[in-house]
Amino acid sequence: MAKIVIDGVEHEVNPDNNLLQECLSLGLDLPYFCWHPSMGSVGACRQCAVMQYRDADDKEGMLVMACMTPATDGAIISLEAEGAKSFRSDVIESLMISHPHDCPVCEEGGECHLQDMTQMSGHNYRRYDKKKRTHHNQYLGPFINHEMNRCITCYRCVRYYGDYAGGTDLSAQASHHHVYFGRHEEGVLESEFSGNLVEVCPTGVFTDKGFSENYSRKWDLQTAPSVCVGCSVGCNTTPGERYGSLRRIVNRYNSEVNGYFLCDRGRFGFDFVNNPDRLLEPVQRVDNTGELLADDQIKALIKEFKADGTIGIGSPRASNESNFALRAMVGEENFYAGYSDVEHDSMQVILELASDVAFHSPSVREIEAADAVLILGEDVTNVAPRIALALRQSVRNKAKDLAEDSRIPQWQDAAVRELAQHERSPLSILSPAVSRLDDVASDRIIESLSVVVSMGHQIANRISASAPSAAASTEHSEVIEKIAMQLKSAKRPLIIAGNSNGSDVIKAAANIARALRDGSDGPAIDLCLLVPEVNSVGMGLMASAENPLGAALEKLQSGEAKRVIVLENDLYRRAAKAAVDAALTKATKVLVLDQLPTATTANADVILPATAFSEHEATYINYEGRAQLSFQVHQCQKQAQPSWRWICDAEHVDDLVERCCNEAPGFARLREVLPGENPFVAGMKVPRQSHRYSGRTAMLANVNVHEPKQMEDKDSIMSFSMEGIPAQKDASVLASSWAPKWNSNQSISKFQDEVNGELKQGHVGCLLIERKNSSGSYFEAATELKEPSAKQLRVVFSYQIFGSDELSARSKPIQARMTDAYIGLSPQDARKRGLSHGDVATISPLGSPVVVCIRTGIKVGTAMLHCGDGNISPADFSGLIEVEKSATQTTSRGIGNLIVSDFHEEEINS
Amino acid sequence: MLTLIKDTLTSQVVTLWRVFSHLWVKADTVEYPDEQPYMFPRWRGRIILSRDPDGEERCVACNLCAVACPVDCIALQKTEDEEGRWYPEFFRINFSRCIMCGFCEEACPTNAIQLTPDFEMAEYKRQDMVWEKEDLLIDGTGKYHDYNFYRVAGKKIGGKDKGEALNEAVPVNVRSLLP
Repeated sequence: MAKIVIDGVEHEVNPDNNLLQECLSLGLDLPYFCWHPSMGSVGACRQCAVMQYRDADDKEGMLVMACMTPATDGAIISLEAEGAKSFRSDVIESLMISHPHDCPVCEEGGECHLQDMTQMSGHNYRRYDKKKRTHHNQYLGPFINHEMNRCITCYRCVRYYGDYAGGTDLSAQASHHHVYFGRHEEGVLESEFSGNLVEVCPTGVFTDKGFSENYSRKWDLQTAPSVCVGCSVGCNTTPGERYGSLRRIVNRYNSEVNGYFLCDRGRFGFDFVNNPDRLLEPVQRVDNTGELLADDQIKALIKEFKADGTIGIGSPRASNESNFALRAMVGEENFYAGYSDVEHDSMQVILELASDVAFHSPSVREIEAADAVLILGEDVTNVAPRIALALRQSVRNKAKDLAEDSRIPQWQDAAVRELAQHERSPLSILSPAVSRLDDVASDRIIESLSVVVSMGHQIANRISASAPSAAASTEHSEVIEKIAMQLKSAKRPLIIAGNSNGSDVIKAAANIARALRDGSDGPAIDLCLLVPEVNSVGMGLMASAENPLGAALEKLQSGEAKRVIVLENDLYRRAAKAAVDAALTKATKVLVLDQLPTATTANADVILPATAFSEHEATYINYEGRAQLSFQVHQCQKQAQPSWRWICDAEHVDDLVERCCNEAPGFARLREVLPGENPFVAGMKVPRQSHRYSGRTAMLANVNVHEPKQMEDKDSIMSFSMEGIPAQKDASVLASSWAPKWNSNQSISKFQDEVNGELKQGHVGCLLIERKNSSGSYFEAATELKEPSAKQLRVVFSYQIFGSDELSARSKPIQARMTDAYIGLSPQDARKRGLSHGDVATISPLGSPVVVCIRTGIKVGTAMLHCGDGNISPADFSGLIEVEKSATQTTSRGIGNLIVSDFHEEEINS
Repeated sequence: MLTLIKDTLTSQVVTLWRVFSHLWVKADTVEYPDEQPYMFPRWRGRIILSRDPDGEERCVACNLCAVACPVDCIALQKTEDEEGRWYPEFFRINFSRCIMCGFCEEACPTNAIQLTPDFEMAEYKRQDMVWEKEDLLIDGTGKYHDYNFYRVAGKKIGGKDKGEALNEAVPVNVRSLLP
């Protein structure tokens, strides 16, 4: 700790940081633009000038940029010195010279960092009477609007997009006051993390396109702390609602999980909540028409389903509460897993590894700290995008080490990057096709999945001789040796695998991690096992290992079970079509609870409408076993209810969580995520609406001039009103961060215990799974798979960030980026079958139509199958497929939206 | 005691004199509604939405009036035409809540919302005091005749390209090598 004097007051600060960061940590108001908490300093904007004095006798002082000056012990600075203040006000005046008179028609208005900083620096009137420079805008795709006139050239966008997120298609162009930030030509921004530009840009150059179409000011949005349901990372989000529809999602800071950034699926994939097809009324099928159900009919129905002979099928996209309520209703032995049997098997392996002391499941922040990474057979960018962004930071640990050796502070962003050039920490990727992380990979091997698994075992064996070895091929022995050495010599190695393609890869990854810890009682090895859905792990904990989905379908087909309750799940995505059809036809009554119509609801006898993620309070468990609470944001307008409320008589979420803690093994700590007794004075709740929320007495006046009573929230400590103790008092329930003088999201520093630290009173969730088992033993190396015949290809399932997730695929902005189901083939395999890029082909066994995508980065003999938005079920395929050109050549979306780096140019152009 | 009686009597006589003297003073009130009072132009009465000199809606749906309103009686929703011009999809004032404070007019960056000298807004039914955009929008510029926000703003709209607003240079050619 160093002691510095700021405006005559002594403060303790961290000497490893710069003055700006420390001033913000201390809660002082110092304006800035180009600095960003996660991107360090470059000293470009000159806005954070402060006066520094040599010693106590120095009355003159000199101007320094706070972001470029280390907080050294004994430093004396002043924020309030006249010279510094007038300098800052002059700087902002010159930055504003060409800023357009746009605030009323700018989406950023009201949460604009530039507005805040202008106010703070004291610039009011435009004195410059020359002409403003203007720019043309570009079309940047369905997510982002571009309005270049508003740019103040802080360079944050290109530093984020290029340096931080690894995007290649946004750059600074032209020079002096003509500087332009855009693409080389109009087109969709390629990065999966482009949405963060909205929050990174301090003004309104990059704004949220979907939000602009349904625009509301920040202060008018009803918000609550929520958790993204797009994938298994569980990023913290702030959804905002106005006039009954969900308007947007912005990032909510969580030091351990998402930090400051979200992926585009999370940011733009919420719109399914507003989908006009939403199921909003309880209906029952009578002679193939829907009949509305009355309350007493529903009661009678639920009673009927409570009788013997009912089974329940859970869901990895439903909350723990709903899954538990169903399990409690039908009994543990009648509750079945809601994912495919392959996923069920791999989940058992994942759960077994999750309680083994030898491993540690790293949080996103811990992933950023890894200094050697091995990805085994998984396409991280498409399965768990936020982790791919973290991996891009992990490869910079080498640069950070080099900087430390040269005694360059870590926050000197440009200097550290300049020093390191292309030096990166090792990141090796072994998989059947190229991925979007390849540009930062030190080694990337494209091999069929079985070779990847066998290479994994060989790496384990190379690290520790006690690990079983697979049949060694000499082809990659050098790389295997190299990767083994890299992992062995790393301070914090990390192995990443996932269950997109069965459990063999997971076993190989576990063997490598176990080999790294071999024999020692050293720290647990980071083993990150990715699962596809928001509550996959919760589903795994809830369903017994003996109850896979296949068993449920068999039980229905054999008539052993008569009735089935399907919880928020489309079974046609999880099991072979024939099996589901047979089971649902045989069942005497099928009750489906869901939010949107699916193939399963089409075959249901009774449909009960379930609320979407923003309409109920719920807990979800992410890939690392972290349970997190997501609050209700707004009331559902019609009759939808949380699924658990339809099927059990618990009154509150809290009661259900309590029962879940006591009755479901593995959930004992779940209650820790609840805020508990209302900690606030006088029993007041936390308002969901800001203190500036407008239109309260007019928004419903067209319906009835007599205002209805404010909706009560009996479930949580939050209220649907402006009244109560402002969330600003307690960061643990902070949805929309705001502080006096700080209207933008940059106000978050007021709620962190230090910049980039945990939130004050923080709530980062609780790790549910205890590692209580002693270190287990190695898995046997997998035996060789059957070789495909000349006609056959080995199928590997490929996830897509836009389209593979069932719910976000029903959102309009995401749909604009989706593709049809497609099959990725190597040029050799395509040529052999007479297929060219964009053709429609059929694949055995069902003859499902898929679009052919010829990619050079796919292993010959492997077919990457993307199942589209539920068009095809992975469960219909068992390893080997045949591909033939289809007689009909019509597609709906085609594959034009696909962004991969390895299209086969020749094939496309011919 | 004697002075007390004297003072009391004097005070009452003086008061009576003053009251009666007003019999000959000209009345400030008028015989409304037979006689219409003069309303000053800046009187804060019925709220209107005005149009710019080109006849387009001035309101850009920025929401500042709504947030300034102390009784929260203004609700609106922004929408956009095909060429990027912002305007309110609906604009509702609940006059049964309005206190005619004029904060909305003060907050309005485009001179769209204005208070007028009209105060005759009584209704038999409270529901009739809820006014929508169709009821509020007038066909003129109201009190401020010349201002057109979009001529000053940098945003491109139909009929006004980038660089055509007041005090704007022609758009930069990013690919030019000239200084």
